[in-house]
Amino acid sequence: MQPIKPETRQAVTDSAVSVRNVSKVYGDVQALKDLTLEFPRGELTSLLGPSGCGKTTLLKIIAGLLPATSGEIEVNGQKVTGPGPDRSFVFQDFALLPWASVLRNVAFGLELRGVAKSEREAIAEKYIREVGLAGFEKKFPHQLSGGMRQRVGLARALSVNAQVLLLDEPFSAVDEQTRRKFQEDLLQLVKNEKKTFIFVTHSIEEAVYVSDQIAILLPRPSRVSEIIRPSSFRDKSVDNIRRDPEYLDIVDRIWASLRSYVE
Amino acid sequence: MTLLGYRLPALSSLIIWALLWEVVGRLGLTFFIPPFSEVVATLVGLIPTRAFLNALWVTAYAFLAGVFFAIVIGIPIGILMGKNRIIDELLLPWVNIFLSAPLTALVPVLMVLFGFGTKTVIITTTLFAIWIIILNARAGVRQINRSLVEMARSFGASPLDAFVKIYFWAALPEILGGVRIGVIRAVKGVIIGQLLISIVGFGALFELYSSQFLMAEFWAVLIVLFGLAFALSEFLAYLERKVSYYAASR
Repeated sequence: MQPIKPETRQAVTDSAVSVRNVSKVYGDVQALKDLTLEFPRGELTSLLGPSGCGKTTLLKIIAGLLPATSGEIEVNGQKVTGPGPDRSFVFQDFALLPWASVLRNVAFGLELRGVAKSEREAIAEKYIREVGLAGFEKKFPHQLSGGMRQRVGLARALSVNAQVLLLDEPFSAVDEQTRRKFQEDLLQLVKNEKKTFIFVTHSIEEAVYVSDQIAILLPRPSRVSEIIRPSSFRDKSVDNIRRDPEYLDIVDRIWASLRSYVE
Repeated sequence: MTLLGYRLPALSSLIIWALLWEVVGRLGLTFFIPPFSEVVATLVGLIPTRAFLNALWVTAYAFLAGVFFAIVIGIPIGILMGKNRIIDELLLPWVNIFLSAPLTALVPVLMVLFGFGTKTVIITTTLFAIWIIILNARAGVRQINRSLVEMARSFGASPLDAFVKIYFWAALPEILGGVRIGVIRAVKGVIIGQLLISIVGFGALFELYSSQFLMAEFWAVLIVLFGLAFALSEFLAYLERKVSYYAASR
């Protein structure tokens, strides 16, 4: 794939997911208030904010796992009323079936969609290779490390071939080195898969490193305070991003605006 | 345990108790305890008799039927209670009452309702076993990792799919624990039912032997029953261990 120039990236207006005036009330707690946000197709957008800012709530509303109190979500122009085959979810705690092999776990999304066994296992094997777990098909989750388990979760989300991938702090339960490797792999994945990624994280560095667009959410009640689109370092090699002046500037700028919300 | 450098097999301590029984029996202290060797000899002679095999068959039939109903009714009810608050609040008090109730006292009522036969024994067996099976299935479902349920929903699982592919398996370690305890209770249920009715199965045999002071026969049948109950419990514990690899990592 040809590197896209920053200017043309800025001009992208085609949204895969649109969030319009979404509010969410739990009892008497207002979790999200009148939140509007566009997610450009084929890009990775991070939802970044301090804990309790409702970023996971927003992600689950987009997934159709939680109903919004008001407002609406559109995915490819279709109004969201519940979970659908156009989206797939990667869970913070992996959400693997502990009684099933890696192969069955990866194929499980397809199994629920009624795909025949031989077909779904062929697809699952392809994605198991893609996430680097070839040879582990017959293993069970408790025999894998945390990082490998999340690769299984990722392969499962990829194998249903949804247009939108929703990732809920996917790397927060893995160790730092695995996490860095994951971030590099994720950049590669965004490039290769031509899917729309929505990525929840509480790590500023992680958000800046992997995102085409960063939406900063501020809490109580949650709203979008700022949208940042890094322009200069996205097409550099993964080794150079963390040294790029713009990368460092954005990290500093985000920390400056979030600092006051951290107890 | 090792003795003089040899590793003794499990349960070998029973030999000592058998010897003690033999000694007490030979001392002739009471007619109630015949020597162990006599009991074993009676046991070997008794097992092929029609009366014994018939009692064993009648008991096994009532026991298996009772356990079957307790499992196929108890597990779905337990899972539903774990999933649904309204069903839970409706049924939980009754389950707890029946779990601790002296069910033996109900058997005469059951006899009036269902007659002096196998049907009553099956119902008694089910009543003894079902409550703990329900409670354990419920507990198993309640500890399910929420994100497993969300995962199934996000991939479009139907309620039936979620029930069969997630809830049942996630609760399986607890369910098997409940079934094991339930089965042990069912052994009590089937024997108590037969004893109170006293004209079917081992109930009839016990009635016959104790009224005629045939103590060796009495003990022989008792040993068979204890052995069967123990073997059954061990088998279920073995099944439980087979799923324990994921019980800790749910």
